[in-house]
Amino acid sequence: MTQHSNVLFRFAAPQAFYGLAGRLWPWMAALATALGVWGLWMGMFVAPADFQQGQAYRIIYVHVPASWMSMIIYLAMAFWALLGLTFNTRLSGMMNRALAPTGAMFAFLSLWTGALWGKPMWGTWWVWDARLTSELILFFLYLGFMGLTASIDDPRRADKAGGLLALVGAINVPVIYFSVRWWNTLHQGASVSVTQGSSMAQTMLWAMLLMALSFWLYAIAIALYRIRTLILEREKHTLWVEAELRPEGGAR
Amino acid sequence: MIWNSASEFWAMGGYGLYVWGSFGVTALLMGGEVILAARRHQHTRESLRMQATTTDSDQDMAKDWQP
Repeated sequence: MTQHSNVLFRFAAPQAFYGLAGRLWPWMAALATALGVWGLWMGMFVAPADFQQGQAYRIIYVHVPASWMSMIIYLAMAFWALLGLTFNTRLSGMMNRALAPTGAMFAFLSLWTGALWGKPMWGTWWVWDARLTSELILFFLYLGFMGLTASIDDPRRADKAGGLLALVGAINVPVIYFSVRWWNTLHQGASVSVTQGSSMAQTMLWAMLLMALSFWLYAIAIALYRIRTLILEREKHTLWVEAELRPEGGAR
Repeated sequence: MIWNSASEFWAMGGYGLYVWGSFGVTALLMGGEVILAARRHQHTRESLRMQATTTDSDQDMAKDWQP
């Protein structure tokens, strides 16, 4: 136990985490790329057409992973916010700022690919049903988080305010997930469910899961990369950053 | 292989606009995010290094006081 928490505390220091993130992100990025290529190959060249939707269903390979990530990243932000607000950890706020742009991007992609899928299948780009509306709210929550943290000069106060928004907004995530069950929506029910398994063909399911894993690793890679920039900016007055920036010093 | 020709692949059974519109924008945004993040990191490193060289004497003194 003590050894375990020692490791955690060591990497809770920005300087140590800077090094750790720098060593980790290239592996995450490489894995994300490999799984993405594999998933795209499976999805676009191996998986057959859908018997109802023809080739249009292939949008699922970006739509579902992007939607999942938009929710998972927000939950991750709520987790870091809780940690930051209770233990006053410095890294938590930076972690959330590193995650938010990627979460916003995935929320936008969820809406965008959803619109492009809705048009040929439902005959409309958009409908104000529970699933679509709650996902739109998630997108605005990300934008709100970024606007709020950017508008407060004192970084620690900005982190606190942003953390509060991340925590309160997390209520919306289960609403999105269960919306298709709680309300009568135009959006279809879950294709993959923890309790009922999957309603999809095996190759389709594997391709989708590979893409989801690829997006997940991408999100981790880009967040680890971005947090290093944030750490440098915030710790710029320290000696270790000065040493890190010297031409001969450290890895980039 | 499920496709008979390249044009059949790009047509996506008549849904090409929707399928490629989805994959294209996804690739564009993810690629763009990577480029922006890399550029910002380089920019931060350079501007902080500039600041460090202009305040060099302070830093040297600070170093003398290190244990």
